[in-house]
Amino acid sequence: MSTMRNLSFDAIIIGGGGSGLRAALELAKSGKKTAVLSKVFPTRSHTVSAQGGITCAIASADPNDDWRWHMYDTVKGSDYIADQDAAEYMCTEGPKAVFELEHMGLPFSRFDNGRIYQRPFGGQSKNFGEGGQAARTCAAADRTGHALLHTLYQNNLKNNTVFLNEWYAIDLVKNAQGDVVGCIALCIETGEIVHVKSKATVLATGGAGRIFASTTNALINTGDGIGMALRAGFPMQDMEMWQFHPTGIYGAGTLVTEGCRGEGGYLINKDGERFMERYAPNAKDLAGRDVVARSMVMEMLEGRGCGENGDHVMLKLDHLGEEVLQKRLPGIVELSKTFAHVDPAKEPIPVVPTCHYMMGGIPTNVHGQAIMQDGDGNDQIVNGLFACGEAACVSVHGANRLGGNSLLDLVVFGRAAGMFIEGALNEGIDYLAASQSDIDASMARLNRWNESSGGEAVAELKAELQDVMQNDFGVFRKEENMQNGVRKLSDLRERIANAHLSDKSNTFNTARVEALELDNLLEVAEATAISALERKESRGAHSRYDYPDRDDVNWLKHSIYFPVEKRLGKRDVNFTPKTVDTFEPKVRTY
Amino acid sequence: MLQVSIYRYNPETDSAPYMQEFQVDTQGRDLMVLNVLELIKQQDSSMAYRRSCREGVCGSDGMNINGTNGLACVTPLSDVVKSNKLVLRPLPGLPVVRDLVVDMGIFYKQYERIQPYLQNDTTPPAIERLQSPEERDKLDGLYECILCACCSTACPSFWWNPDKFVGPAGLLQAYRFLADSRDTAARERLAELEDPFSVFRCRGIMNCVAVCPKGLNPTRAIGKIRELLLENAT
Repeated sequence: MSTMRNLSFDAIIIGGGGSGLRAALELAKSGKKTAVLSKVFPTRSHTVSAQGGITCAIASADPNDDWRWHMYDTVKGSDYIADQDAAEYMCTEGPKAVFELEHMGLPFSRFDNGRIYQRPFGGQSKNFGEGGQAARTCAAADRTGHALLHTLYQNNLKNNTVFLNEWYAIDLVKNAQGDVVGCIALCIETGEIVHVKSKATVLATGGAGRIFASTTNALINTGDGIGMALRAGFPMQDMEMWQFHPTGIYGAGTLVTEGCRGEGGYLINKDGERFMERYAPNAKDLAGRDVVARSMVMEMLEGRGCGENGDHVMLKLDHLGEEVLQKRLPGIVELSKTFAHVDPAKEPIPVVPTCHYMMGGIPTNVHGQAIMQDGDGNDQIVNGLFACGEAACVSVHGANRLGGNSLLDLVVFGRAAGMFIEGALNEGIDYLAASQSDIDASMARLNRWNESSGGEAVAELKAELQDVMQNDFGVFRKEENMQNGVRKLSDLRERIANAHLSDKSNTFNTARVEALELDNLLEVAEATAISALERKESRGAHSRYDYPDRDDVNWLKHSIYFPVEKRLGKRDVNFTPKTVDTFEPKVRTY
Repeated sequence: MLQVSIYRYNPETDSAPYMQEFQVDTQGRDLMVLNVLELIKQQDSSMAYRRSCREGVCGSDGMNINGTNGLACVTPLSDVVKSNKLVLRPLPGLPVVRDLVVDMGIFYKQYERIQPYLQNDTTPPAIERLQSPEERDKLDGLYECILCACCSTACPSFWWNPDKFVGPAGLLQAYRFLADSRDTAARERLAELEDPFSVFRCRGIMNCVAVCPKGLNPTRAIGKIRELLLENAT
């Protein structure tokens, strides 16, 4: 092999979505030598698909709104395993981060007084659950993610961020001491392989919804950062916690924002009954997403689902009127017509709970520093490695994320990581350089695919993996199915290790990228499966038939998955916010 | 069986581009064009195309579908297929990297040229800058652009002068900032555009409007910029 080119940066940010671009912006402004490495042109990242908004107590809809109420809702929504210091940080820093976005030009919708429009979303309350429904989600119609992502990209252009667009990170490079000192990356257009050296490596690679057969996620959401971190031996936190969004369009999986219910839409079963009144008498259709998704599945299991097979329910919006739909939900009108062949001004939209969001991920502190555990189970910082956005688990979402909190997570913790790295670079970071054998180790799987001469095809293996996850790790989980699932994944691991990349060309070889993505899907799927099997309780999005109750005695904990031993441990949840009293775990009802 | 004809070119192995024929069993379903490409990629993994969101918001999969530019993921076969034949080519007018993947470099360069970010030289308040709903309404139909390049690559003026004519996508964004009540750089923005090419190469052909998958109207935005330029000149 010819000599590999080196690129060298102060900070490399892998992923060009909301959190990566926000971190990059902070670093670019500081004058540090920063690059964003993204497998797609940044505005094609999945943040673009976020619809309903960014939840934040900016006190626009309600001048008396309070970040503490938002924090209370977030902690309750998480079923009490969000870290309270992190939730506190997000809710207090949030308004600053949102106003910055507005100053950068984000075209938020507006109230008559000129302030940012806010709509009600699920799980929101005033006065710590005592004051009724809040309206706390700041929106740009139902295209908030698009508006946010483009605004961040535009401001990175303004600040001369270096972009390595359509480059794919293959694996992290660790030095002899276990510090992360960069990555190996592939230029998709030319096929060139480069060693990217960096003092700080930020995984902002987003989610991995594509481990499921049915998902609202983009085709690119293959958990690349999670895969890289797991292969490097780093642990993952709360990987059993996957959010199933109540309203994916039946058949297509495309998302219909919770904002529809925020604006007054509601779900009905085949009898036309607004069934959420039975499951969540107060919040009704705006209960937590896990609660709504389970209620929908119960309706179907009890024979009240819609359609020939009773396998979906309906989202009714027609009573809102054409004007509200056009003004507040124009994207939904378009998506419904395209993917459900339904005009929501006239008929309800068929919907089904659909995999949407990974609450788990790389454990980090509020500065984005990745965390592992030492031999005694104490937290230990991973030198050189950072994570933010969906790939990270700070954790502000715990066992169930509230709608609108993901965009806030992206900008608050992308910004925090950027600020922290700037400070660390100013103080000086000096890690041992990687040796040739360190680099060779990171090249191993690319070499494996490049040298493969036969074996099964990537597309079929991927479909099989997605079916395992869909069938055995869905909204409701059973011990026996999960055990089977874990076995099937172990078998898939062997088959994927022998799979075939037939196209060995260099120029824009998407087959090679898809093969490399399959490795990552497998890592994420296995971490999910083992964590789900081992967490023996029901909490938030993790619902088991055999352990139907929350078990605070044993499981008021993060799970932490160690990939080398494939073992699940526990990690303490933070219950000590700095400026407010602890929110003690309570029975969670809506 | 649907007859699909696709433009193929891999510079490593092909001396010239060619059209390759595929048969795809749609099982009678009204698939999206992207779904057809996915089925073909299962037959031939070397087929190269971009895709991401698969719901028409990321702008990755702009291509020429039976002669018209569009997004593969939101174009159902029933909208475009006649006589059971689907022809897919890369977006016209840009260099081909491989198969349906084009080099978008000059398209992005024209976007960057219009300084696509809010400019406001006043100190921001502690909260958001206020904007009335009426002022905000002026951005509707402008900010929704997904940079798919369907419009600019359907524009004969852009084909002729891609280095000098900003093109419909870039000009739509230029107007998005001119129309924003929070932006204070209108004069500088207009000064950058007043040469004979940047805006005035638009001949009002309106191919951009016909193909925009988001239903936007770059021609109208260009008309508004022309008005502003003329006002400025007098």
